[in-house]
Amino acid sequence: MAAPPCPQRDPAWVGRVSWLLFGGVLLWPALVATEFRPWVLLDADSLGPTSRFLGSFFPPALGGEFLALVARETWRTVAIATAGIALGLLIALPLTLLSTRVLSVSALSGRMATGPALLRHALRGALVVLRSIPELVWALVFVRVVGLGPTSGVLAIALTYGGMLGKVYSEILESADTHASATLLRHGSSRLQAFFYGVLPGNAAELTSYTVYRWECAIRSSVVLGFVGAGGLGQQMDSSMKMFNGGEVATMLLVFMGLVALADHASAWLRRALG
Amino acid sequence: MDSRPAANAPYRLPPRQFDARCKACWLGAGVVLLVTASFWTLDLQWGAFVSPEAARAMGRFLGEFFPPDLSAPFLRKVGAATLETLAMSALGTLLAAIGGLALALPASRTHAGDRAAARGPTRLLLNALRSIPELVWAALLLISAGLGPFAGTLALALHTTGVLGRLFAEAIENAAPGPAFALRTQGVPSGRVLLYATLPQIVPQLMSYTLCRWENNIRAAAVLGVVGAGGLGQLLAFHMGLFHMGKTATIIGAMLVLVALVDAMSFAARRWLTR
Repeated sequence: MAAPPCPQRDPAWVGRVSWLLFGGVLLWPALVATEFRPWVLLDADSLGPTSRFLGSFFPPALGGEFLALVARETWRTVAIATAGIALGLLIALPLTLLSTRVLSVSALSGRMATGPALLRHALRGALVVLRSIPELVWALVFVRVVGLGPTSGVLAIALTYGGMLGKVYSEILESADTHASATLLRHGSSRLQAFFYGVLPGNAAELTSYTVYRWECAIRSSVVLGFVGAGGLGQQMDSSMKMFNGGEVATMLLVFMGLVALADHASAWLRRALG
Repeated sequence: MDSRPAANAPYRLPPRQFDARCKACWLGAGVVLLVTASFWTLDLQWGAFVSPEAARAMGRFLGEFFPPDLSAPFLRKVGAATLETLAMSALGTLLAAIGGLALALPASRTHAGDRAAARGPTRLLLNALRSIPELVWAALLLISAGLGPFAGTLALALHTTGVLGRLFAEAIENAAPGPAFALRTQGVPSGRVLLYATLPQIVPQLMSYTLCRWENNIRAAAVLGVVGAGGLGQLLAFHMGLFHMGKTATIIGAMLVLVALVDAMSFAARRWLTR
């Protein structure tokens, strides 16, 4: 039996070429809209300042006074993230307790009553709105109200992360086993008792580990918030960049990368310890 | 000797609630200490929120957001900025997928005999790209790419290259080794082994990682502009800087709609794909 002749040409080439052309047609407006002109990077006007700026990265600034400043600002970055998460928890915990279906008494027997269902949906909506406004926008608004400084960063992180934590907390509680809490509620315990004795023991590790993960994310975003004037390492980095002080920028980038790696390891270790 | 257990089980005290080995207590104490120190060292200006005149100022400020500017020319401008945001995110993700794949190949050990000399350095590069946030990249790139969406696109591309490169490298290393081994024992060169054995297995995974990052990047691109890197964020920073509060409200509304649309579409797509 002879093998069928091997096709010399790709049998699917019509499809491939037309998809490629279709992709190109879609790509063209995107290239125009983003003013995609890579040759700008090689322009003499941009190459000169870029190479001067990059050249000034070495050596990184290592003066004692500057290092003390960087250490202070790094601590402020961590502190903004921690304080923001702490305030975010104050927002998230009550909203979680009020919006989770697990603690609904009327849902024990069939459908949830209309009033509580509406309340839960409204609170869910509030959490989604809090979460979907980026923290950078909150920070921009608060910088206008309270002025430059860490207050606006703390508030921005508190609001956005409060929404995120609240939404995820109630999802975690609802996806867990509800047998214990339902039994407690059926036997007449109060909702808080059902929460503390029926829901929390089974979910505490997962809730804590998600919170720790979010703390790590908050450290990253508190650096970014500094760029709009919310204090910390980001604000210093922004001002050094505006002064084209490459050495200081290099030091702070290194410190920032170290901080992120440290937070990464700390959070991984904590989450492993929580099991 | 009689090895039967004693008639009365030896009376054992329950473990003490607080002793030096109670991990949870140390952890809790550490968290309390960290939070207290954070609030202590940040000079937070709560006065700006709690005093009655501050509340009035805040109310006035929020009142200025209404009515949002809904005139046709401004809406057209916001629409154009939204499209620019979408184009930035799409192009940035596409560039990152290409760059990520290019870096994932040296960053992965494809078979046991592979020396993979470039694995360590490439992974270090990917980590560096990943640990600097998009916004910091954008601020750095403004010097060489100038104000506008091009800098934002490149910033998204650089950060996402780090993220995707690492994920792609994991995918390549975790692909089932059988087909590649079969080809290699026949003497097929490694480039073709990749094209015909490894890539066909992992393409669906690579696509889903890329789409997931695209969704993320749309959200990031919306705010990236506040340092001057194009899209809705640039418009927001501009009008907020000039205290055009009605226009600011429209732009924030457009951001919310964009994020909500992306959320809804990804939810629908996930449901459709996993049905």
